[in-house]
Amino acid sequence: MIESVNNWLNGLSDTQSLVLFTALKAVVCFAIMMTMVAYTVVLERRLCAWIQDRIGPNRVGPFGLLQPAADGIKAFFKEEMTPAHVRKIFFTLAPMIALIPAILNLAVIPFGSNLGGQKMVLADLNVGILYTFGIVSLGVYSIVLAGYASNSKFPFLGGIRSSAQLISYEIAMGMSVIPIFLFVGDLNLNSVIQAQTGTQLGFLPNWFVIQSPMTFLAFCIFLVSSFAETNRTPFDLPEAEQELAGGYNIEYSAIKFAMFFMGEYANMILVSAMMVTLFFGGWTLPWFGLDQPATDLIHGVLHIGIFLGKVFLFLVLFVWIRWMWPRFRYDQLMDLGWRKFIPVALANILVTAIWLWWRSAK
Amino acid sequence: MATDILFYVLAALTLIFGALVVANPFSRNPVTSAMFLVLTIISMAGLFVLLHAFFLAAVQVLVYAGAVMVLFLFVIMLLDLKEEERRKIKLTGLVAGVVSVGAIVAIFVRSLLATKPSENLPAPTAVGDTATLGKMLFTNYLLPFEIVSILLLVAMVGVILLSKKDLK
Repeated sequence: MIESVNNWLNGLSDTQSLVLFTALKAVVCFAIMMTMVAYTVVLERRLCAWIQDRIGPNRVGPFGLLQPAADGIKAFFKEEMTPAHVRKIFFTLAPMIALIPAILNLAVIPFGSNLGGQKMVLADLNVGILYTFGIVSLGVYSIVLAGYASNSKFPFLGGIRSSAQLISYEIAMGMSVIPIFLFVGDLNLNSVIQAQTGTQLGFLPNWFVIQSPMTFLAFCIFLVSSFAETNRTPFDLPEAEQELAGGYNIEYSAIKFAMFFMGEYANMILVSAMMVTLFFGGWTLPWFGLDQPATDLIHGVLHIGIFLGKVFLFLVLFVWIRWMWPRFRYDQLMDLGWRKFIPVALANILVTAIWLWWRSAK
Repeated sequence: MATDILFYVLAALTLIFGALVVANPFSRNPVTSAMFLVLTIISMAGLFVLLHAFFLAAVQVLVYAGAVMVLFLFVIMLLDLKEEERRKIKLTGLVAGVVSVGAIVAIFVRSLLATKPSENLPAPTAVGDTATLGKMLFTNYLLPFEIVSILLLVAMVGVILLSKKDLK
């Protein structure tokens, strides 16, 4: 049985096997991503309950682990209200667009080294990071369209507010990573991981977050911007029901409403994966030779495990901060983005360039 | 072979979406037009990918679809163009549009017929990767590059000047 499958695989032409394995990887990635989205919600609810000294959802299944299934079934079977005054096509389109960018961006994230001769990345683009930012910037449309399609005042104001926030922090985010690429000299995400292998001072990992002061500053700006980009506290103005009467999603209900939040959690996972790749060495660990591409199956699986573990730690950080911090005011948010982060990020690029030039001239 | 099919599909999509931007028979909504312009830009980025200009494709999506068109949408939504939606396609506008498009197509066809494809074309020197593009911009095309950046700076200063209410 296994032999015949092997024979069939070896008989495929290069193009055929490329198509087959890419499709397979895409399906598996998508499935893992959606499972992670579901369980990040559970994680958030359990962790926030723990922080607030409550119990949290623990009724459905062992330890409440089947809660996502219950939530999903509820969201699908709830009656869907489409208000009469909305623009129907855009109204339906907006929640879908919320989910698409995060899924498309999975394609360039290297989530492991090798597994049985297959590279564990869907598309090894030489403009990896530009692709990511290009797709992320399309996510704004879901919010703009949701606000516009709802065709009433509060969602419209909320849509304008949130999309202005997203555009502003996109600039800070895009500029903050440029020093990393000056250090690496390549836009490919695998080269970024390559540049973070090995150790410094004998035992510390050579990750960009602690490689130099410039890259650490880049990480700080990227981290804060990613909270703003994913609409998380302390930047979650779209959800500010108490003081701003909510945001772009007021007119939505049932599964369409849920899709906006699936998009938020998917974006959270994606941004965590990007931070792991850019600043925390991706699938590598500097010890026990785990920073070299795997040659056997066990190491391949281990690398994927390391990557997922790091992403999980970032998700915990996202949830933790949400239940610890109050919300910013809108003018504070804009001030932080435009008057602090963008100048600091620009200065960081300049300092990094001068430092690299000086180092190479020496 | 597969790239040929992809080229025709993407080119057709670009043309169809582009036509829907200016003359959409189903809706006169400016927001719909803007969204079709986004789709046009994305399918053009696909054409760049087929030419192996990955950097251009990514920047096309990042700058035009991601930033410029969002600002377009902002302006359209804030201006609240209600009468645009009710307006019917005017005959004079339609005729003028068709005539000008026809004229441009005629020029293209004539110039294409006039040029003979030479036998031994030099191999393309510039490949679409980022490092080559950056080198070209900072060596061969340094002056135009700097002039464009000054142009952008002037535009920015102009906007700040216009949006200041009281000039001292």
